[in-house]
Amino acid sequence: MRKVVTGNYAVSWGAKLARAQVIAAYPITPQTSIIEKLASFCANGEMDARFIKVESEHSAMAACIGASAVGARAFTATSGQGLLLMHEVVHWAAGARLPIVMGVVNRAIAPGWSIWTEQNDTLSQRDTGWIQFYCETNQEVLDTTIQAFKIAEKVFLPAMIVLDAFVLSHTSEAVDIPEQAEVDAFLPPYRPPLKLDPEDPRAFGALVLPGEYMELRYKMQKAMEQALSVAEEVDREWGERFGRSWGLVEPYRLDDAELALVTSGTVTGTSREVVDALREEGVKIGLLKVRLFRPFPHQIIREMLAGVRKVAVIDRNISFGDSGVFAQEVRAALYHADKRPPVFDFVAGLGGRDIVPETIREIVDYTVTHDAPTEEFTWVGVKI
Amino acid sequence: MIEIRIHGRGGQGAVIASEVLADAVFQEGKYVQSFPAFGVERRGAPVTAFTRINDKPIRIRTQIYTPDHIMVLDPTLLEVVDVTAGLKDGAWILINSAKPPHTFTFPDRYRVATVDANAIAVKYHLGPRNAPIINTAILGAFARLTGIVSLETLCNAVRAAVPINPEGNVAAVKEAYEQVIGDGQ
Repeated sequence: MRKVVTGNYAVSWGAKLARAQVIAAYPITPQTSIIEKLASFCANGEMDARFIKVESEHSAMAACIGASAVGARAFTATSGQGLLLMHEVVHWAAGARLPIVMGVVNRAIAPGWSIWTEQNDTLSQRDTGWIQFYCETNQEVLDTTIQAFKIAEKVFLPAMIVLDAFVLSHTSEAVDIPEQAEVDAFLPPYRPPLKLDPEDPRAFGALVLPGEYMELRYKMQKAMEQALSVAEEVDREWGERFGRSWGLVEPYRLDDAELALVTSGTVTGTSREVVDALREEGVKIGLLKVRLFRPFPHQIIREMLAGVRKVAVIDRNISFGDSGVFAQEVRAALYHADKRPPVFDFVAGLGGRDIVPETIREIVDYTVTHDAPTEEFTWVGVKI
Repeated sequence: MIEIRIHGRGGQGAVIASEVLADAVFQEGKYVQSFPAFGVERRGAPVTAFTRINDKPIRIRTQIYTPDHIMVLDPTLLEVVDVTAGLKDGAWILINSAKPPHTFTFPDRYRVATVDANAIAVKYHLGPRNAPIINTAILGAFARLTGIVSLETLCNAVRAAVPINPEGNVAAVKEAYEQVIGDGQ
């Protein structure tokens, strides 16, 4: 069934088709319509799930942790301040190795108050042990939501699907909504080997002495490393069944490119238009979209960017006192490459400022006219 | 690609109008994208919504700055919003008003049309009398002017989208389709 839906509803449809059994959530703009739609699916009987209204995002994740611990498929969604309030238990979900899936609508952090898009909320969860996907289209949002459950349940780590506030969350476009039977064949019910069960009592979340703690962290890291190949495999299977796949990263016109833009989220779509226009003008430019941010696909990114002369990263975020976060990661990935192209970093579009084709052309012009970066990163469009 | 901007006031249904238009055009096999202005909406405050229509997938993800056509759901917006900002030559400016098009002054490069969507909405009991919901009626007029979507497809999209009084809304679409007055008509 093809249907015109918003990015938020694409998340809701994904959670519904994945047969999430417990949804615990607290409303926050611009996420609210994700859980409104799920509440409506539950209320009208289209979805057989327990919808738990809670008093905060911290409680939402706590309820998901409980639900996942007893072996239920658990889902929540949040945004911006809500994600930050949830932060303590975001770590907990990963440490407890619970494959919870969460939709996060990127929203800039207050103060000053903002409801518009920026990646600092999710990037500040970088080290929590959650798998993170950044999406470009509503179709990708829906497909990734379903894929995320399968990946998370294979490696026992939670996963976030990240989408830009308004630019994706409130934008309607046509989405192919798969049949339930097809999704059921792709995603079997969740059957954890260990669960919280009064018939088979076990201790969870106990004190761990220095003699054992490090081994738990080692196993989390191994699971993250495994998630790379699992994500690739799950996406390939999705492609075979549904005729579309997304890749961990996606190169666009990169084969003979001398300059590579590195993008994430919706900036990618607008950048594709600019790449096409510049190609017409004879500029050898391509693009690398980073879809999977955690685990970070170092090896693939190294290989994809090895041949280019310059890299320009567009960061809709900032790590204060350093640079944009995607640029940090790309630079780190390239450090071990034989040939290291200079990596220019551009911080743009914070707090939802529109990134238009002219913004991207400005970034390209700067990169073309400089041999190497003269600073850690360059601000784009700041009115100072 | 055709880009459409809808100016309304919070509560008039501008955002739903952009979505219903997108859905109708999609039913006719085109690629569509619709979205509200990325802002904070309040009842009565000026709101903007957008629809893009194309023959191939729409990749651009920016607001619309140079629309091909605009709809103005409340004529008092003309005093507070620069509705023609970035508007392309030859564009239709469709205004919800009981007055004829020539009573509005716009540069010659634009085409102006009016429809009394308020009266039509009140007639079919769409929303309260003092704040009628006119989004479906205005789409009927827009379909007639631009030919972007057929009346039949639009009616089907309205029927599918409207939870309350769908047949009243469809009747409003048809009536506005018949009644809209364009420049020189």
